[in-house]
Amino acid sequence: MVNERQTYASMIWRQFKKSRLAVVSLFVVAALVVIALLAPFIANERPILMRHAGEWSMPIFDKASLTLSELDVIKDSSSGDLWFINPPIPFGPTTYDLDSVLSPPTKKHLLGTDGDGRDIVSQLIWGSRISLSVGVVAIGIAAIIGIIFGLLAGYFGGWADMIISRLIEIMTCFPTFFLILTVLAFVGPSIFNIMVVIGITGWTGIARLVRGECLKVRGRQFVHAAVVSGARDGRIMWRHILPHALAPVLVSVSFGVASAILAEAALSFLGFGVPASTASWGSMLSEAQEYMDIGWWLTLVPGSAIFVTIMAYNLIGEALRDAIDPNMKT
Amino acid sequence: MASYVLKRLLLMIPTLLGIIVITFAVVHLAPGDPATLMSQSAESSSMNEGSAKSIVEETKKLYGLDKPLPVQFLRWVQRAVTLDFGNSYRDHRPVMEKIWEALPITLLLNIITIFIIYIISVPLGIYTAVKPRGVADRVVSVVLLVFYSLPSFWVAIMLMVIFGSGDYLNWLPITGILSHGADKLPWYEIVMNISWHLILPIVCLTYGGFAFLSRFTRASMLEVIRQDYIRTARAKGLSEWRVIMKHGVRNALIPILTLMGTLLPALLGGSVIIEQIFSIPGMGRLGFESILSRDYPVIMAIATISAMLTLVSILLSDVMYKVVDPRITFDKREG
Repeated sequence: MVNERQTYASMIWRQFKKSRLAVVSLFVVAALVVIALLAPFIANERPILMRHAGEWSMPIFDKASLTLSELDVIKDSSSGDLWFINPPIPFGPTTYDLDSVLSPPTKKHLLGTDGDGRDIVSQLIWGSRISLSVGVVAIGIAAIIGIIFGLLAGYFGGWADMIISRLIEIMTCFPTFFLILTVLAFVGPSIFNIMVVIGITGWTGIARLVRGECLKVRGRQFVHAAVVSGARDGRIMWRHILPHALAPVLVSVSFGVASAILAEAALSFLGFGVPASTASWGSMLSEAQEYMDIGWWLTLVPGSAIFVTIMAYNLIGEALRDAIDPNMKT
Repeated sequence: MASYVLKRLLLMIPTLLGIIVITFAVVHLAPGDPATLMSQSAESSSMNEGSAKSIVEETKKLYGLDKPLPVQFLRWVQRAVTLDFGNSYRDHRPVMEKIWEALPITLLLNIITIFIIYIISVPLGIYTAVKPRGVADRVVSVVLLVFYSLPSFWVAIMLMVIFGSGDYLNWLPITGILSHGADKLPWYEIVMNISWHLILPIVCLTYGGFAFLSRFTRASMLEVIRQDYIRTARAKGLSEWRVIMKHGVRNALIPILTLMGTLLPALLGGSVIIEQIFSIPGMGRLGFESILSRDYPVIMAIATISAMLTLVSILLSDVMYKVVDPRITFDKREG
């Protein structure tokens, strides 16, 4: 059994690798994850490592310590014992560089600055944390709800199926984005609420998929064998049926992450996203609207970031779908 | 057939009830009751004491907020079923009146959008299915995926800068659906004016939909091409064109029809952002502005009505599915 599953996974991987774009997308996603995790080290207004008066410190973890611009002033006046390593991008997402407001891309600000003098690269890097975490957590919630409901409906059938199918139908009837907006207006927009609301409204597709797969294998002999050997319902669903549905669920998850990232960006764009002090790609676009005619980089850069990320997840999803679909092998 | 429709109609009742329960729950999710919130907003708009109080009373009566929860719920059911959603908090006009103004605009937008998506995606899907895995198939699939991944609000604001601002090409209008004062023009001028205004929003609404539908058409077509009757058609010497068009496409189109019902809620939700950007006074914009101003009666009405509309259109497309293809039986055969 274990061996067979491994060969199935490696078969999917072999098919998946054939799509060069999908492999590139995997690298893009991996790079984004690394950037998001290391954001404080990449773009920060404080030095990564500092030695001052014989003492070592890591100012990036200390909100009270001096910023780079303040250190520059000190460095000129004090002699000798001050040494520090700059982060590659020496600006935080909320560092206001008032000398270069609305600066187009320059050597100092690689992708320019916004109307408040904040560095675009830095905002982009910190914004990736919001996008990725919303995408992953929201779809994680959706997948858990979807898998549980799908398994219950497909395995038990009857009343359970009837109720869950109605529930799916009800959820699909509401215009999702409008529902998300309404709930957020009531519970208040915060990154946590956004994740939960997108998750709660996004599970129906996965539930349907799992239910369908469950119905397909429900009558097969290995399920009967499991029943006969006395396995509990939970174990049968989890260990014997779910693995059959995992591949299509993975496809759905990949597309789902893309649409959750898009939803978060759209919400932030409309001002229903994370608090204004937190950089997010959608809110960057929203602010860019003010300077559309003079600051092309303000619109182009965050939009491209959203596009590339969504495209990467969609390409992975599509390649995965082709890989698990036996009809595609012509 | 009749029994199938009847069964579906009966199954709609629990779903409808569920929709009403959810909207009711959402109202009660709101912080504070609507009446207090209303009086707050009345205070902020510097209304005098007396009228603010009368609004609170009016709202309490409208919602029956002094009654126990089950009674409130039954009232809500009654109002939802009779489409009586009361008056808007913002301008005190009947909610249904505001919706009747907005709905035709959104429907016009969505019907044109769905039409364009079908007209472009279905031929593309058929074309790529005839030669799967070919160069054309791959190029189409990547290009459509690019379209699908482009955030519509980003494209919208860029198109506005390029085509609608004085800086670049000042070709197209970017707000509203009718120029100021254009309602006095003869009808054909009005039609021209509206179409002129709709070009950019329609572009933004359509391009993302091609990928899904053409992909679906392609899959449906590939399924049909494998069937025996296609081999028979080829074997008896029909031209490839006739095999594909007459024997293939006709059968492949059937499941594509059912999709229409499921496209509607997505387009209604998607148009919140596009209608907002282009200042189109449709359902999406009405909804968004109601959310911003906590105009609960309008929010509830929009959620309920669009959910009901979707439910009906899903039913219609399922029935159509059956009318088009008599082989399909939804009733389980016993034995």
